[in-house]
Amino acid sequence: MHQVKNGDISVEEFTAKTMERIHQVDDSIHAFLHVNSDAIEQARSIDKKIKSGEKVGDCFGMPISIKDNICIKDTKTTCASKMLHDFVAPYDATVISRLKQQDAIFVGKVNLDEFAMGLTTEFSAYGPTRNPWNIDYVPGGSSGGSAASVSAFECVASLGSDTGGSVRNPASFCGVVGFKPTYGLISRFGLISYANSIEQIGPITRTVKDTAFMLNIISGHDSNDDTTIDNPQDYLSGIDAGIEGKKIGIIQEMVGEGIDPVVLSATKNAIAKLEGLGATCEEVHLEMVKYSVAAYYTITATEAGSNLARYDNLLYGYDFPVEGYEFNSYISKARTKFGPEVTRRMILGGFVPSAGHAGRYFLKALKVKQKLTREIEQLFKKYDYLIAPTVPVLPFKFGEKINDPIALFLVDINTVTANLTGKPAISVPFEMSNGLPIGVQIIANSNKDKSVLQAAYALESTVKLPEVPI
Amino acid sequence: MTKIGLEIHSQLTNLDSKLFCPCRANYREYEPNANICPICMGLPGSLPRLNKKAVEKATLIALALNCSTPEKIAFFRKNYFYPDLPKNFQITQLNIYGNTSVGGPGHIIIGGKKIRITRVQLEEDPGRLIYEGNSSKNQITLVDYNRAGTPLVEIVTEPDFENPKQVRDFLNILSNLLENLGVSDPSLDGAMRADANVSIEGGNKVEIKNIGSFHDLEKAVHFEITRQESLHSRNIPIPQETRHWDDKRKITVSARSKEEELDYRYFLEGDIPWVRMEKDMLNKLKKEMPESISSKKERYVSKYGIPAQVADVLSSDKFYSDLFEESYNEKNAKEIANIITTDLMGLVDTREKRELSKFTSAHLRDLADAIQTGKITRNSAKNALPEIVKTGKDLSRIIAELDLGNMSDESELSKIVDEVISEESEAVKQAKSNPQTVNYLVGKVMQKTKGKADPKITLNLLKKKLE
Repeated sequence: MHQVKNGDISVEEFTAKTMERIHQVDDSIHAFLHVNSDAIEQARSIDKKIKSGEKVGDCFGMPISIKDNICIKDTKTTCASKMLHDFVAPYDATVISRLKQQDAIFVGKVNLDEFAMGLTTEFSAYGPTRNPWNIDYVPGGSSGGSAASVSAFECVASLGSDTGGSVRNPASFCGVVGFKPTYGLISRFGLISYANSIEQIGPITRTVKDTAFMLNIISGHDSNDDTTIDNPQDYLSGIDAGIEGKKIGIIQEMVGEGIDPVVLSATKNAIAKLEGLGATCEEVHLEMVKYSVAAYYTITATEAGSNLARYDNLLYGYDFPVEGYEFNSYISKARTKFGPEVTRRMILGGFVPSAGHAGRYFLKALKVKQKLTREIEQLFKKYDYLIAPTVPVLPFKFGEKINDPIALFLVDINTVTANLTGKPAISVPFEMSNGLPIGVQIIANSNKDKSVLQAAYALESTVKLPEVPI
Repeated sequence: MTKIGLEIHSQLTNLDSKLFCPCRANYREYEPNANICPICMGLPGSLPRLNKKAVEKATLIALALNCSTPEKIAFFRKNYFYPDLPKNFQITQLNIYGNTSVGGPGHIIIGGKKIRITRVQLEEDPGRLIYEGNSSKNQITLVDYNRAGTPLVEIVTEPDFENPKQVRDFLNILSNLLENLGVSDPSLDGAMRADANVSIEGGNKVEIKNIGSFHDLEKAVHFEITRQESLHSRNIPIPQETRHWDDKRKITVSARSKEEELDYRYFLEGDIPWVRMEKDMLNKLKKEMPESISSKKERYVSKYGIPAQVADVLSSDKFYSDLFEESYNEKNAKEIANIITTDLMGLVDTREKRELSKFTSAHLRDLADAIQTGKITRNSAKNALPEIVKTGKDLSRIIAELDLGNMSDESELSKIVDEVISEESEAVKQAKSNPQTVNYLVGKVMQKTKGKADPKITLNLLKKKLE
């Protein structure tokens, strides 16, 4: 990108190189669901702007991939589901229009677990994405296509969505940076809802600086999303402020039972590095973490059951004529196109908030959310950051855990807390084990997004990862 | 004892836009599915944007019904599948997790009886289904989403009504109240709907839904009481259920049991943050609250000496009371009240007539003036009104064109009086013995002058000639 800004190569040349790269590697990685055939055309028009001396947006034709649950006008947005096989979005998500204004180029829509429900991208209705570090391994999920495309140099940055770790988990598995901001920092307008009360769009990039750059463009109040907050910041300025004198808590419930020893030792190394930079690290407890995954699945299932109810195929979806059906029989039939994981969660979503059961499940889950939030805010009175491995296990092979929902759910344990409490959290690639990356997660209090990036930048500066083999 | 409770739905028809999007709240003037956008269609990725004006209008209703207002309000999702519901859930309000609806408990006094209000809530109206084709084989269902997302206020009462008449009186008063508040035009088709629940001594509560009009509501309640009483008299238990009003047969029929088992899985709508009911907003609403109907009536009677019955008619219809307020002054109040309630009402009694009419409050003022200064008679005023309503022309022009000016020339009138005296010998005899009956002769003179004769001069002339 520096070469483009310096004028050494044109936007068109750079874009052509990126498209060439996608054609080279995506057959084996399958990060992309659709590639933008107009990308070169768009690059040319930016070159024209540059030549004529017109003002060019900050992105300068930066190639960005977009998770296929974020709407780009006149582009298919499938959520990796057969239910939305033919859905063409009639508008741009706010994040998309803001990037367009800055002359970004969307190289394509990338893969995810169907409706962002999953941790491996194996639940995509259009086939899984593979990990660029080793294609026998899952890239994580649900934003697996986003993380893999950034990791494999098929784009410079990607936008994913994070409901329970869906940005940070694949970032960790693919060795890139993944950020879930404070709830409300980035507009969700145009993000197809899964569990709207806890999810956020988040950037996935190769460096912390690129994440700060993306945030500068996409964050901020939006009149199309009543839940957005107004907290204007320049995330790039002072990103090298360092962490000297900062207090960091190590969440014991996230480095305990079930953690892979390799991940544990990598985390300890990261802590040592942070202390070397002048921070003090202490063990802390977050008792409610042990209930967090159960609460997370209860809340997300409830909201998903409601958010996905609109997919009755009457107005959009896929080709399936209505003649001969009555409303209820038609939608029952039409909705069988949902995949197994979505179906599982919607069945759960019909049960946990239902009359007679809500007290035992849904309302209890809300109580856990509330208590967890209170507990973590108590910790932030004393600590600037909390730290833990992003995922307590190493990336695993395809098919290894897909049939074991319980094992998969435990992969979530370290990431769901930031969603349930609305806090900003980032995953920074830190070490390698057998050619596979391990990420470390830093969490801060609400609206401390800039502070999180500063800590991540400090940690990142101590790391040198090998080149991705693909 | 019979207990009846109501759930009234009133659209906030006077708002500009829908509850969560910029589409027009007045959907009635559009071709089907022309007043829609990604938000009210619930397209993937769209989010609701709360219309703060709707919250204010709904709160105004709550305040007028003496309801408590909570510190903060929240919205909930009511989940069910129905083709008129684009998202397959409705955004509404609830009080089961604390008072979070725009209005908490309140009350209204109707004819000395206190009717308790349970709550007032704000929600979105669904679209409309239109059935076409007559046999089940070729029947098709069309959906018009123009109405989807229109702001709707639900007013729930306690079961404080004892008979259908009280229900009818309440609905009339409520309808006038909403109109007077300037939040809704109840005369618009479908702007106000109501469901009822009915129970008799020793029986269970029965809900009646699908009632098209207030007139039918009274009938439905009446039918339901009779049905329950006849079951009860034969010792047949009355089950708790939902019944539908069958508009054609004018009876209630049991709804499918499936429908009763619907579980709406209510939960908080996370896309709409809680709204704080700021003291400033509440104070501003209270300050700007229009004068109530009863206070208007009281003022008309005590200040201007308008008869109670006239004041009642005048104050309860916003159209007439606004007209009155715009045109009256200390001197002409009674005259204007009179013109409105006796002559004008018949000319503008429907929405269409009101929209077509061309008269203004200035016309009313001129009319009252002309009557009071003896320029024209009351009778002539009555004759001038239809022309004013139709054309909107100046009163002076209409007087000239229709030749309505007062006949006050004594010599001219004297001739006519003489004619009448010679024609009505019988009546003249009577009038001589009983001066009260002289009015008959005045009437005859009026007839001959097409109502233009100055009544005072006529009377004096008659009296003089009969002496």
